[in-house]
Amino acid sequence: MNKEELIAKLKPIIAPYIQDEESFKNLTEDTDFVNDLKINSANLVDIILDIEDAFDIRLENEDMEQMLDVKSAMNIVTQKLQG
Amino acid sequence: MKNRVVITGLGVVAPNGTSVAEFTHALKNGHSGIRFHKELKALNFSCQIGGIPKVSDELKSKYFTDLQLRGFNSSGILYGCIAGIDAWKDAGFNVDSESKVDYNTGLIFGTGTSGVEKFREAIYKLDEGQVRRLGSTVVLQTMASGVSAYLSGMLGLGNQVTTNSSACSTGTEALIMGYEHIKNGKAERMIVGSCSDHGPYVWGGFDAMRVMTYKHNDQPELGSRPMSASASGFVPGSGAAAIVLESLESALERKAKIYAEVLGGNVNSGGQRNGGTLTAPNPEAVQRCINDAIENANITPKDVDVINGHLTATSKDALEIENWATVLNRKGQQFPYINSTKSLVGHCLAAAGAIECVASIIQLKEQFVAPSINCEDLHPEIEKLVTREKIPNQKLDLEFDVIAKASFGFGDVNACVLFKRFMA
Repeated sequence: MNKEELIAKLKPIIAPYIQDEESFKNLTEDTDFVNDLKINSANLVDIILDIEDAFDIRLENEDMEQMLDVKSAMNIVTQKLQG
Repeated sequence: MKNRVVITGLGVVAPNGTSVAEFTHALKNGHSGIRFHKELKALNFSCQIGGIPKVSDELKSKYFTDLQLRGFNSSGILYGCIAGIDAWKDAGFNVDSESKVDYNTGLIFGTGTSGVEKFREAIYKLDEGQVRRLGSTVVLQTMASGVSAYLSGMLGLGNQVTTNSSACSTGTEALIMGYEHIKNGKAERMIVGSCSDHGPYVWGGFDAMRVMTYKHNDQPELGSRPMSASASGFVPGSGAAAIVLESLESALERKAKIYAEVLGGNVNSGGQRNGGTLTAPNPEAVQRCINDAIENANITPKDVDVINGHLTATSKDALEIENWATVLNRKGQQFPYINSTKSLVGHCLAAAGAIECVASIIQLKEQFVAPSINCEDLHPEIEKLVTREKIPNQKLDLEFDVIAKASFGFGDVNACVLFKRFMA
C-alpha cells in the first residue's frame, strides 16, 4: 500500500471524530489529530480501535502513545502490516 | 429575602408522548403508552408489558451529533437530554455549542442507574479479556451523573451540575433541591428532572420481586390500574422529564412564559421504622412529609385542590389514600381531586417524579384534571375515603389554584411539592 492509498484508507476512519472540517479537507501527513483536527483526546482510543478493525492489526499501548498525527499513524500501521 | 421560584420551561419524553404537546394531548384523552414487548416474553418475564417512549433515529439526530451517537447505548441519557434541551428551548433559550458558560444556571438531573445496556456490553467484552477494546464512552454512559454530564455540556451550564438518586422519588426530590437552590439565591435558573433507562435489565429485578403485574399481558393498556380493586402490581415504564425553574425576578425581567409557581416542598425519610421497610413506607413519615410541604408552602390543607398521587397500582395505593385523608383531614366529598399519571405511562421508576411533576404543571396551567384510567372498579378501601367523582375517568375541566405532587421510593424516602397557578 503506497502513501496515498494509506491516507485514503485512514481518512474515513478519522472522519467521524474530527471537529475542524477545514483542516480535514486539507489533510496531509503533517496534520495533527488534536491540534489541527481538534479531535477530543478521549476519542483517540476509539480511532485506534477503528484502525485495528480496518487493518486487522493490533496496536499496543506504546503504539498508541506515539500516534498523535497522520504521519505517525501511517508509520505504525505500515510497520504492523509488514510485521 | 428569599426568592420566589417559578416554572418557565418544560420537556418530557414519556411512553405516551415524546414532546410536551403530544404528552398533553395524551393526558387530556387518557391515552395509554403501555405496550406488549416480545423481548420480555422471550426472556420469560412474568410481566411482558411496559412503557417505552418512541424515539426514532430521526428524532435522535436532532439532539445528538453523529459522533455522540457512536457506540451510544444509554436510553436514560437519551431521554434526559431530549427532555432537557426541549425544556431549555421552551424557556426561551438557544442551544449553541459556542455559547458562553452560563454561571447563573445549574442542573440537578436524577436517575436510578445509568446506561445499563452499555454496561452489559462492557461486561461481556471485559470478561472476554477485551478491556482494551471498550472504547472511550463506557464511563460517561454508565456513571450515575452521565445524564448531567452530557446535558450540561450541550447547554454550557456553569452553576452546580449534579445528579441525585432516591429511587422512585428522584425526580420530585430534584425539583425540590433546585427550588431551594434558587430560593436561597445560589442560582437564577435550575434545570431539574430525572430519567430512567428502559428494558429488561432495569425491570428484571422488579419482576423477580413479583411486584409487577402479570395479568394483563394480552391487554397492555388495561395493565396499569392504580386505585383499582383489581390492581395486581405496577407496569414498568421509562423516559425522562425536565423542568426549568427560575427566580420570579429573572422570569419577569426577561418576560418569560410562566407555567406556575413552586410554592414549597419537603423531602424526608421514614427511617424504616413504624411499618417502614426497604420497600414499604412508614405512614407517619409520609404524613409528616406532606404536612411539612404544606407548611413550607405557607398554605393550609384545605387549599389543596388536586393531588397527583404516587399511586403505583400495588396494595399500597389504599394506604397512600389513607395517608392523604389523614394529613389533610379531608374525606368523601371534601377530598381533593386525585389522579395517577402512572395509569397512562406505567411506573417510570427514577423518571416517575419528573414526568409526573410535568403532568401536574400541565394540568394546572391548562386547568384540567387528567383522567385516571383503569379504576372503574375502585378499590373498596379507597371508596370509603374518597367520593368516586373526585377520581375522574374522563378529562375534567376545572378552575383551580393548587396541585400537590408526592413521590415515594424504596429506602422509605418521601418527597412532596406544591405548585400554584401563576397569575401575573
